[in-house]
Amino acid sequence: MNETPHSPGEARPRAAREAQPKGAADPGKGRVDHAEAAKRFIAAPEHLKFHDERLWDIRMKRDRQMHAIPEWEELRRLASAIKDHTLSHLDTYLEQFEAAAKANGVHVHWAKDGAEHNAIVLGLLRDHGAKTLIKSKSMLTEECGMRQALVEAGIEITETDLGERIQQLDAEAPSHIVMPAVHKLRRDVSDVFARTLGTEQGNDDIHYLAESQRMTTRPLILEADAGMTGGNFIIAETGAVVVCTNEGNADLSANTPKLHIVSVGIEKLLPRTSDLGVFIRLLSRSALGSPITQYTSHFRSPRAGAEMHIVLVDNGRSTRLGMPEFWTSLKCIRCGACMNTCPVYRRSGGLSYGFTYAGPIGLVIDPTFDKHKFSSLPFASTLNGSCTNVCPVKINLHEQIYAWRAVMAENHELPFAKKTAMAAAGALLASPRLFRAAIATADQALLSLPRFAQYNALNAWGKGRENPRGAGQTFHAWWAKNRAGKAKAAAPGKQPS
Amino acid sequence: MSSRDTILNAVRANRPAPVDLPDVPLFGEGRDDDLLGRFFTAFKLMGGTVLELGDGDPVAPLRARLGSAGVVVSRVPEIAGTRDLDLTLPPSSLADVDIAIVRAAFGVAETGSIALSERELGVNTLAYLAQHLIVLLDPADIVINLHHAYRRPEFARSRYLVFHTGPSATADIEGVLIHGAQGVRSLSILPLPRE
Amino acid sequence: MARDMNWWDLTGNTMRVGLFVPCYIDAFFPRVGIATLELLERFDLDVDYPFDQTCCGQPMANSGCQAEAAATERLFVANFRDYDYVVCPSGSCVHHVRSKFDAIEQTPDVTAVRSKTFELVEFLHDILKVEAFPWASFPHKVGLHNGCGSLRGLHHARPSELNEPFFSKPLDLLQKVDGIEFVTPTRPDECCGFGGTFSVFEEAVSVKMGQDKVADHTKAGADYIVSADTSCLMHQQGCAERDGSKMKFIHIAEVLNGARQ
Repeated sequence: MNETPHSPGEARPRAAREAQPKGAADPGKGRVDHAEAAKRFIAAPEHLKFHDERLWDIRMKRDRQMHAIPEWEELRRLASAIKDHTLSHLDTYLEQFEAAAKANGVHVHWAKDGAEHNAIVLGLLRDHGAKTLIKSKSMLTEECGMRQALVEAGIEITETDLGERIQQLDAEAPSHIVMPAVHKLRRDVSDVFARTLGTEQGNDDIHYLAESQRMTTRPLILEADAGMTGGNFIIAETGAVVVCTNEGNADLSANTPKLHIVSVGIEKLLPRTSDLGVFIRLLSRSALGSPITQYTSHFRSPRAGAEMHIVLVDNGRSTRLGMPEFWTSLKCIRCGACMNTCPVYRRSGGLSYGFTYAGPIGLVIDPTFDKHKFSSLPFASTLNGSCTNVCPVKINLHEQIYAWRAVMAENHELPFAKKTAMAAAGALLASPRLFRAAIATADQALLSLPRFAQYNALNAWGKGRENPRGAGQTFHAWWAKNRAGKAKAAAPGKQPS
Repeated sequence: MSSRDTILNAVRANRPAPVDLPDVPLFGEGRDDDLLGRFFTAFKLMGGTVLELGDGDPVAPLRARLGSAGVVVSRVPEIAGTRDLDLTLPPSSLADVDIAIVRAAFGVAETGSIALSERELGVNTLAYLAQHLIVLLDPADIVINLHHAYRRPEFARSRYLVFHTGPSATADIEGVLIHGAQGVRSLSILPLPRE
Repeated sequence: MARDMNWWDLTGNTMRVGLFVPCYIDAFFPRVGIATLELLERFDLDVDYPFDQTCCGQPMANSGCQAEAAATERLFVANFRDYDYVVCPSGSCVHHVRSKFDAIEQTPDVTAVRSKTFELVEFLHDILKVEAFPWASFPHKVGLHNGCGSLRGLHHARPSELNEPFFSKPLDLLQKVDGIEFVTPTRPDECCGFGGTFSVFEEAVSVKMGQDKVADHTKAGADYIVSADTSCLMHQQGCAERDGSKMKFIHIAEVLNGARQ
């Protein structure tokens, strides 16, 4: 079926085709440049249009689900309060969960950071003589860089979520936490599968592509030595791990091999089974606009003859818990609703954020992993607030984005030119005399008013927009001429009594 | 210090001011009529198939459907399969099953979900490796919504409990819905009361 | 917050309103300031324009530069502390004063100014409770653009993300204008991409959002985009003109004050 696979650099048969935009460049020790990557995404109009419309459609589906639930806002309040409560008692719930899980015959491990998490998983695999691992999608394992670490240690890993599998085969990070390959068009997937799975070159029929993936993945599932899942929720009361998927791939990953490893962040706790009623009702409605995922799976105890291990991962979460302005970001249930509604995310693609978490939630939590590297991300937002309104656990996302900007300024993480421009603007706007002189004529105002624009020699305002036209005289001058010093101006007409 | 203690100490040091745990209402008032109808509406929206009961012999249409199938594993007394489920074989041995038939522990009207545990499945992979899954559901076992569902005793006693809501599905390529992404290609429900 | 309607009548005093004309409007859209002033004067208010005003501090604060915003915020308070109300035809500026004005110490003067600063639409709708604009006629097809600061910051209207009863203060006011016809874009609440400094830091995304916003209104059949936010209009107009669009832009103060265009 497959002749010579194309290497990425090679010319493709249909040369005029729009290539899939790649994500933010690796900044090394510098800052991720979201704006630069976003510009390249916008320069690919077919990808941009599909991405924007696909995610907006999901937002519309989410709205329809919301309107079908009269108690929607009450559910959000409850979800928010349950998470607030749990996080403010996280130590005791973690201990309760650990005790319950152990009583169920589950092994519990604790990982301070990504490296320890990866080492624990590798240790478990080696202890069991496991060389092949099938797994369902987990943003935590992405965050920890687990795949690369295990592959380097000789483990063969197969992602079983279709979108995540596509991204794995393309050696690219997921661009969306729920739909990892949402930035790809069918022909991009066709190219990846032709290159890696040996599907027919140029065949981009979606049924064919999905079926090819099923047929090539299933033997790997059947023969895998170990299975891994993440966890959407873990329940302190029962020790259960709850995983939500649409493909049933977590159930296959957990139930087929003899070893089931769960990787889960410490913030995913809920106190009671009954709390799940609130969260499961909100999760998929917020994420995809469907009432529930096709599969909602509760793993409490290993099946007879099998082992279940849970790795509880901190990786910065306990530190974030102590950040007064940002700890509520730990309430996040990873539904992706904030990304779907974000007008910037939809037009820049998830890869432009340079880390596992993109969109509004990424702007808020990515800097907790590396303040310098992600220091420009809080500026990749218009602060419009739609994210906050769709968040099922009521995280004040846009306010946290705003708060991060001040943190970046205080920590000297603003680019020098920006900081200088702001200092100049602040001095100008604090002085009526300087300000008046600066905007005395509209032409002058254009040079000095959007002061922030002037540090940029490329004239960022005027590249895609016309400047506002001069108005002859300022309002200030008009007032001086028409109103100042006069008794009371004759009003043009009075409110009828 | 162990990582466990390091993490717990950090959490203890950083935890925010305590917030009360709210009670969660059941939100079921006025929604307890026509549970089967509500269930079917939701179930079909999620891609599920509803099977009709036959006159006289309620499982006759189902039996007819199985006629041409290859390997059929039945976990219900109402209808026979072609192969008994051998609980001692590895879970991967079910890869050649065409149709699996099980009975749901209960159903959820709000979402059109059915609940299955190891008790119903025998081998958990049966519900995923089979090409098609047929589920008998007693209309008396349907609860109003997920709040009611999560009060069910099965959660405390099952090792594994799963809600299925339609068949395996994906829309990961251009948003086009595909059934049978990794698990079953179809999920059908026969609303048959328990014997 | 808002005092009872007409409380000033009981005392025989006229309500003293300080008009805040933000820097963009002052320099580029003086007609919006004039329309706001004339409109307010129709309601027997004593409207004054403190001559030393400049800005609310938002450009610096939105960039994280709190220290650089402080002097401007202090000046704002000094200019406006002596009025019963401060009224401004720009939602995002009022949102900054009311919700984010914390680069300076929160003295009684500061908190008082913050709580009595109103955006024009909410001032007309909630404080004056205006019932009619008999002088106003605008026989055109308009698409309403709610700036995000007004919509989600000042709660001008029910945003589409929430399952709450519908309301819209700008629509309530515009519906009293003779001959006006509304069209609805497919994404009425989507941000237009101005975002203050975002418009230059993320130039490509900002312009694309502006183009999409104008296109959505054009497709809906709008002749005019009407908004309570001048900065959104300035950005959208800049995008539209570059693209050769025929869309026209007008501030809600101009429409309510009787502009015919």
